[in-house]
Amino acid sequence: MSTLIAIEYGGYVYASYAVALVAIGGFTWRVLRRGRQLADQVDDADKYWH
Amino acid sequence: MSRFQVARLVAVKDLRVERRSKVVTNQILPFAGATMVMFAFALDSKGVSGVDEDGQRWTTDVLALVAPGLVWLATLFSLLILVGRAFAVESEDGALDALRVAGVDPAAIFWGKSAALAVQLFLLELVLVVAAVLLYNVDVPLGGVALLGVTLVAATFGLAFVGTLYGGLAAGFTGRESLLPLLVLPVVAPVLIGATRAVESALGTGGVALAEGWPWVGLLAVFAIAFGVGGALAFGPLIEEAT
Amino acid sequence: MSQTTPPPTRKLGTGTRATRAIGVAAVVMLGWLLAFGLGFSPADRNQEEYVRILYVHVPTAWLAYLAFGVTALCSALYLFTKKHSLGFDRFAGASAEIGVVFMALTLVTGMLWGRPTWGHYWAWDARLTTTALLFVTYVGYLAVRGLGGSHHQRAKRSAVLGLLAVIEIPLVRWSVKWWRSLHQDASVGEPGSGVELDGLMLFSLFVGVIAFTLLYVWLLLHRSRALAMEDVLDDVGLDAAVAARRNETVGVAP
Repeated sequence: MSTLIAIEYGGYVYASYAVALVAIGGFTWRVLRRGRQLADQVDDADKYWH
Repeated sequence: MSRFQVARLVAVKDLRVERRSKVVTNQILPFAGATMVMFAFALDSKGVSGVDEDGQRWTTDVLALVAPGLVWLATLFSLLILVGRAFAVESEDGALDALRVAGVDPAAIFWGKSAALAVQLFLLELVLVVAAVLLYNVDVPLGGVALLGVTLVAATFGLAFVGTLYGGLAAGFTGRESLLPLLVLPVVAPVLIGATRAVESALGTGGVALAEGWPWVGLLAVFAIAFGVGGALAFGPLIEEAT
Repeated sequence: MSQTTPPPTRKLGTGTRATRAIGVAAVVMLGWLLAFGLGFSPADRNQEEYVRILYVHVPTAWLAYLAFGVTALCSALYLFTKKHSLGFDRFAGASAEIGVVFMALTLVTGMLWGRPTWGHYWAWDARLTTTALLFVTYVGYLAVRGLGGSHHQRAKRSAVLGLLAVIEIPLVRWSVKWWRSLHQDASVGEPGSGVELDGLMLFSLFVGVIAFTLLYVWLLLHRSRALAMEDVLDDVGLDAAVAARRNETVGVAP
């Protein structure tokens, strides 16, 4: 079990995890923010999921 | 009238419009020719040489080696322009709407327009092949003529179906010109691959055997049939006004 | 990632109890993925540490293909059901958006894996090339969704496009695979070759797939609800414009 990955190996590994997390986080944040913006403008009666 | 008679009428009408406007002969053909010259500038026309493992000197004419691919690239670029034009004409005067409102079978419109596009593309390809022979030092061996001809026909129909389908999809919208390449290029990738390989073996480029070309023609034929049928089914909903 | 209960003055958001539960589960599983992917799982014999990239890469690829599959399915459901429900269309659109994001991630993580493993970022391998073309196809699909027109026009166009992709993908895959088999590049294997997965590695991969699938469901629900509200606002805007126009004519009349 390796607890710490050597940096010479780790560059690509960490980069790929970082890219994935940043992209997923950014996309999620955008989806939520856009949802919130729209939700503030739309009547609650039009929200079929509630 | 049967579906095929309608398709024929649509095709004849489209070709007549194109013949009168002379855009294909005066603009698109010269564009395709200029593209072929540009390719020669981009790729070294002197050829590459080197020494192989046995100490033998070799030279390769790069242009002759990649000529089949260049012919198809030039065809694809011209296809995008042709399609953009064909549907600009339709949507400017609302001719597509008129056909649809008149209750003309969408599949017949699709096949008619595709046939007209295929005729223009085919002529263009012939000119491009001749340009490759003249400019890139390509030889057409007699035995390869049949394969070359069948490849041209099969690839042309595939391209024409895809072009008509996606042209109809984007017709009448702003930003159509830039959207069309984005939609069409990934779809026609199999045609570019298949037609290039088939023409390579028809011309014997790089020592490819003639027999290796025919399976690729099979791919082109499947592609053409798939989009010929799929396009006819899809064209109705695409050009239909929303209910 | 899950939202807290909105204060009573605020209007209702895109979250419900179900999405909050899914969101929490997705975050937990993503944490597990990090722990297993970067910590607990051993290095591979051939690939050493780089195998860890696959725990992200493979689930993103799976997710992108799942998302595009859902897009095609919802496109078919829109076109071939009697009701022509716009709900299916919104699911198709939301799913394609998520798919494009995850397909981009698949390509990037794949390149980051390819560079140390193969020595170069890109290889003209059948799977990679098909994936790249697929990515461009769905970027085009999203562009078509943005073209405008009425909701049903948009839905029809994009549904047809979503189904055409089903014809396109096998043809692309077939041709690219065949093309590569003629120009066999011995130095480049298929992605995943030379990997011998032991129990813990397989488990890490499994955690990744579960985490990303939960994330997908969560994003799909939120995004499709947002798209539904966009459509509602469009309709409201249209009604308002018509009403304003009517008032104008009334006002102008002597």
